[in-house]
Amino acid sequence: MNPTPLSENLGRIQRTALMVGVVGSLALLIGAFTSADQFFSSYMTAFLFWLGPTLGSLAIVMLHNMTGGAWGFAIRRLLEAGMRNVPLMGLLFVPILLFGIGHLYEWSHADVVAADAILQHKAAYLNRPFFTIRAVAYFAAWAFLAFAMVRLQARYDRHLEIGALRQMKSISGLGLVIYVLTMSFAAFDWGMSMEPHWFSTIYGLIFVVGQGLATLCLAVVVASRLARHEPFSRWFEPRHFHDLGNLVMAFVMLWAYMSFSQFLIIWSGNLPEEAPWYLHRIGHGWQALALLLVAFHFAVPFLVLLNRPAKRKMGVLAVICAGIFVMRYAELFWLIAPAGGAPFHISWMDVVAPIALGGLWISFFIRGLRGRPLVSLQDAKLLGKLEEAPIL
Amino acid sequence: MKRRPKSGDSFGFLAEFAGTEELLEAIHACKAAGHTRMEAYTPMPVHEVWDALGHKSHLPKLVLGGGITGGILGFGMQYFASVIHYPINVGGRPLNSWPSFIIITFEMTILFAALTAVFGMLLLNGLPRPHHPVFDVEEFEEASQSRFFLLVPWYDPSFDHDKVPALLESLSPLSLNEVHHP
Repeated sequence: MNPTPLSENLGRIQRTALMVGVVGSLALLIGAFTSADQFFSSYMTAFLFWLGPTLGSLAIVMLHNMTGGAWGFAIRRLLEAGMRNVPLMGLLFVPILLFGIGHLYEWSHADVVAADAILQHKAAYLNRPFFTIRAVAYFAAWAFLAFAMVRLQARYDRHLEIGALRQMKSISGLGLVIYVLTMSFAAFDWGMSMEPHWFSTIYGLIFVVGQGLATLCLAVVVASRLARHEPFSRWFEPRHFHDLGNLVMAFVMLWAYMSFSQFLIIWSGNLPEEAPWYLHRIGHGWQALALLLVAFHFAVPFLVLLNRPAKRKMGVLAVICAGIFVMRYAELFWLIAPAGGAPFHISWMDVVAPIALGGLWISFFIRGLRGRPLVSLQDAKLLGKLEEAPIL
Repeated sequence: MKRRPKSGDSFGFLAEFAGTEELLEAIHACKAAGHTRMEAYTPMPVHEVWDALGHKSHLPKLVLGGGITGGILGFGMQYFASVIHYPINVGGRPLNSWPSFIIITFEMTILFAALTAVFGMLLLNGLPRPHHPVFDVEEFEEASQSRFFLLVPWYDPSFDHDKVPALLESLSPLSLNEVHHP
């Protein structure tokens, strides 16, 4: 294997990302000791943000196993590298489990629960041991599914085992159900329970859809970078980007649909236990951020992606996707930071945390990409595209 | 502007090919010879043929217009009903409760866009059309089975009754027929 310029480039990005991750994490550590409440709020937001492309990769691979389609073969390896980060995300959740619960969740304080009848009713679910058990169970399920997908795909690639494909398909069907359920409950636990009086059943699905969207956007951005280099310039075609663009648009609409459904129901009901959640997020200076989400998480990408030519030009599509990816963080920040009626504020940790975790995530992502064929050799042969699968 | 064709006049020339590649080659050769308005018939959808023919469709713009019309109508209808025509106080909510209007507005947008797409497609294609001159060519039956056809019709700007058959013949088609106006 000769080192190619692309391979060297990736190596450089990997080292830089790791450095950014380590330096950022050290800076955050200082923040954790000076202002623990702010640290855990920022950290949780950044954690949920990078959990997006991790679990989204798993979900979209499982979806692709059920549906097939050239778009999926094109980005499959990127998604596999993404889901290899499940253990990393599990590790990054440990600080929250060990030290964060008290700072993030009022239901963890005995004196608050004692004074609150509603929290007493919810205590059977919202308590520290059960919270921890559930978190471990979620990560176990995700790690198992990701591990199964990567292993079975490797078996198929090496020996062209049709049995592995069939097995992958049957795991994927059940796996998708498991993923949607576990991620919904994870969102209830980690995000929704920050304001434990409030409840919304669609809240988890907003996270699920957001994760799919984040993954597709990241995959488009990475694929558009790779497609500038041989041999990927022969592998990626406009029709792949067209399909991915259509999927991104579908997810953008789905996200808007879920988010608006929740808003409409709560707005129509106008009940005292539901409405404050939105009042916290459109008052106290947060309204500008909410409008920004409507404009750049929905309206602008939606209108641009209505255009067929825009979806076929990878440059245009990549810009839109990069924008949506950034807006994913804005949405999570809007969901987490105003919890409990906090006025609008952006701490330095809200900026550093996603960059620090992103550095770690990207360096491990590139590690997962390198050293194995970047497209499945079998897929390449089947599609008659490349004589041999390129290795970085 | 060409004169209106009479019955029996040439409608164009129809060449038959065995596969997509031959058809694409023929399209490119005809384009090189200056033909811009051709029709191709294939047994299955072939995207390359669409790109090669370079047909411009006005349908996307029509559909967008239809969608916007539907959206305005949908919102306007609800606004008119609940603000102007029959204002009624529901639980203290404002008369112009736009969040609850969104769903109908969205549905009307989709409905009008979809109807515009279907009927616009029919209209722009000149459908329904029970008969077309190319049906008189016996080989054309194969267009829905296994053969690929290219028609250079009379309304093509550089249509020439002598040069077109010679050009098509030079592409060695399986068959070449003149199509007549009924």
